[in-house]
Amino acid sequence: MSAMPDKGASVDAGCDEARTVLEARAVSKCYHLGEVEVHALRGVDLSICEGQMLSIMGPSGSGKSTLMHIIGLLDRPSNGSVVVEGEEVSRMAPNELAAVRNRRIGFVFQSFNLLSRTTALANVELPLVYAGVAGAERTRRAQEALERVGLADRIGHLPNQLSGGQQQRVAIARALVTDPSIVLADEPTGNLDSASGIEVMKILQELNEHGITVVIVTHDDEVARHSQRIVHIRDGRIVRDEAVAVRILAAERERPLVDEAEGVGL
Amino acid sequence: MNVLESFRIALRALGANKVRSALTMLGVIIGVAAVILLVAIGSGVQDEITGSIEGLGSNLMFVFAGNFEDGGGPGGGISIRRQFTLDDADLVQRRLDSRHIVVPIVQGPATLRVGNRTMRTTIAAGNEFSDTVFTADYAGGRGYRRSEVVAASRVVIIGSSVRDRLFPNQDPVGRTLTVSGQRFTVIGHVVAQGGSLTGDQDNQIYMPVTTAQRLLGTTDISSIVVKAETADEVDAVKRQVESIMRPAFGDEFTVFTQDQTLGLFQAILGTLTFMLAGIAGISLLVGGIGIMNIMLVSVSERTREIGIRKAVGARTYDIMSQFVIEAVSLSVVGGAIGIALGAAGAAILQQWVPTEVTVWAVGLAFTFSAAVGIFFGVYPAYKASRLDPIEALRYE
Ligand SMILES: Nc1ncnc2c1ncn2[C@@H]1O[C@H](COP(=O)(O)OP(=O)(O)OP(=O)(O)O)[C@@H](O)[C@H]1O
Ligand SMILES: [Mg+2]
Repeated sequence: MSAMPDKGASVDAGCDEARTVLEARAVSKCYHLGEVEVHALRGVDLSICEGQMLSIMGPSGSGKSTLMHIIGLLDRPSNGSVVVEGEEVSRMAPNELAAVRNRRIGFVFQSFNLLSRTTALANVELPLVYAGVAGAERTRRAQEALERVGLADRIGHLPNQLSGGQQQRVAIARALVTDPSIVLADEPTGNLDSASGIEVMKILQELNEHGITVVIVTHDDEVARHSQRIVHIRDGRIVRDEAVAVRILAAERERPLVDEAEGVGL
Repeated sequence: MNVLESFRIALRALGANKVRSALTMLGVIIGVAAVILLVAIGSGVQDEITGSIEGLGSNLMFVFAGNFEDGGGPGGGISIRRQFTLDDADLVQRRLDSRHIVVPIVQGPATLRVGNRTMRTTIAAGNEFSDTVFTADYAGGRGYRRSEVVAASRVVIIGSSVRDRLFPNQDPVGRTLTVSGQRFTVIGHVVAQGGSLTGDQDNQIYMPVTTAQRLLGTTDISSIVVKAETADEVDAVKRQVESIMRPAFGDEFTVFTQDQTLGLFQAILGTLTFMLAGIAGISLLVGGIGIMNIMLVSVSERTREIGIRKAVGARTYDIMSQFVIEAVSLSVVGGAIGIALGAAGAAILQQWVPTEVTVWAVGLAFTFSAAVGIFFGVYPAYKASRLDPIEALRYE
């Protein structure tokens, strides 16, 4: 198993020369369930730099998904504001938010969220449909995205004809097909076996290497250490923000059996 | 996203649920088919009656005893104090310019017998001008003459159905026929005119009015028919007839011109057709509610799909149009099938009832079914488009 120290270790101090792509300012979220008030988030400040790979970690119920949905513009904060690429989005109308999601944000969910009865290709084309890309151009871009996640030979398959790992890769292809500036992944490996999980993390790291900002929500320390920065959250508050000293590179973990065999041989 | 894209998405969704889509459409199909069929019957009957009234001849007016002006049409609860007699008809003929023709009419039931064949029929009796006024075509023989009217001769002209029943494959002219127990000589027979709702003329027999009075044991006549020489004179002649009749009858008589009669029938049948269409329209409404029901089910079933679409950038409009188009496709395709079925049904019914599939009925049914789709599709679509993306994604 390989690991390497990360060069950009001083992350929580701001974005250096890099731009801030996404910022949460004093975001709180409160659910009212009858008499009871559930505070899912209690004043979260978070800024994410362009090109960064970041993990949000915390125990179950700590508010990770809630935070991801708010910074992904799927949900609105009860208080506070969200700024995407310098633009304050809290006051935007639903259709404007949809346009920002479409152009700038890609989502990967734990449960894949693919359209059933719809081929892998059509699933990947979906964001392009709403972006107004049509015809051969749309098919070409969707095919390219599927190639990038190694599914060029599965474009005609329906989700239920694909393994979990393959479905998650289709979801990643769908997230990256519009060339978003940021990909948000909520427990992307949560439903996968370890080999498929490594494959997914490898693809996310590759995306990040190509300049896309990646945010991963996880409760798994090992998954979190694939990124450069880990934000720990507990009871709706950020409790720690650390740079990853020894980052795991999924590409080097892909054939652990071979590595181990070599190790034994020596 | 353009409309074409919405169409593709909508049709794919409908295709994925073929049985359900078909059952949903059934409501609209039945509704539209019913509209088409009932309106076709209404229009067909209307045409038939118009045709047969016009077919009576032109420039005619009908004088009836009784005052119809203040209530209903012929047969509409009018009490008649005094019937016309032949003298009244003679008076009209004498006082009118002789260019205009007057025919006294007597109608009544009769039983016909030839050998052991019998049948029931209706007598229509007039004077020697009957065939001119009613433009009858003889297939053989002749009409009755003035002398035969004066003498109340027992001569009869038979309709084509009567001939076929009583004299199959024979020339009836010169043959003997028993009419309600009296022996008559057949002097002519009339060309078939086809079924008619105003009374089957092919099933009638014709004889001099005097003969008919004797046979029916009456001195009354049913009505007086006046034929003006030209169409322009109809109104003037009507006024003249009225002034001739008034001294003897006061207001207790009515002159209907052919146009009036036609207008009356058309008004009644038009109303009837609209009522039929309205009743059928209710079933279309029920079909529309079926669409709404299924669309609501579909929206809640596909909440997650809506969430996914919104997450990747679908706007309110995109979701809305997707579901509206689904509903409209259901209703329009259902409407088209309904029109086809209704037209086919009308063609089959043609054997028994006159039917006519009119352009306006097809247009109306189609427009109405599309409107039903929009009307009943908008609410579910609106509901779908308003879903909160995160709520929709969380939906199980
Ligand atoms: N729609 C909702 N209504 C009410 N409470 C909610 C709702 N969504 C989340 N919560 C509450 O908010 C808190 C945070 O939930 P969230 O889903 O963000 O947790 P999480 O960190 O993602 O947990 P997990 O690791 O289990 O996914 C929880 O206490 C949860 O019960
Ligand atoms: Mg979660």
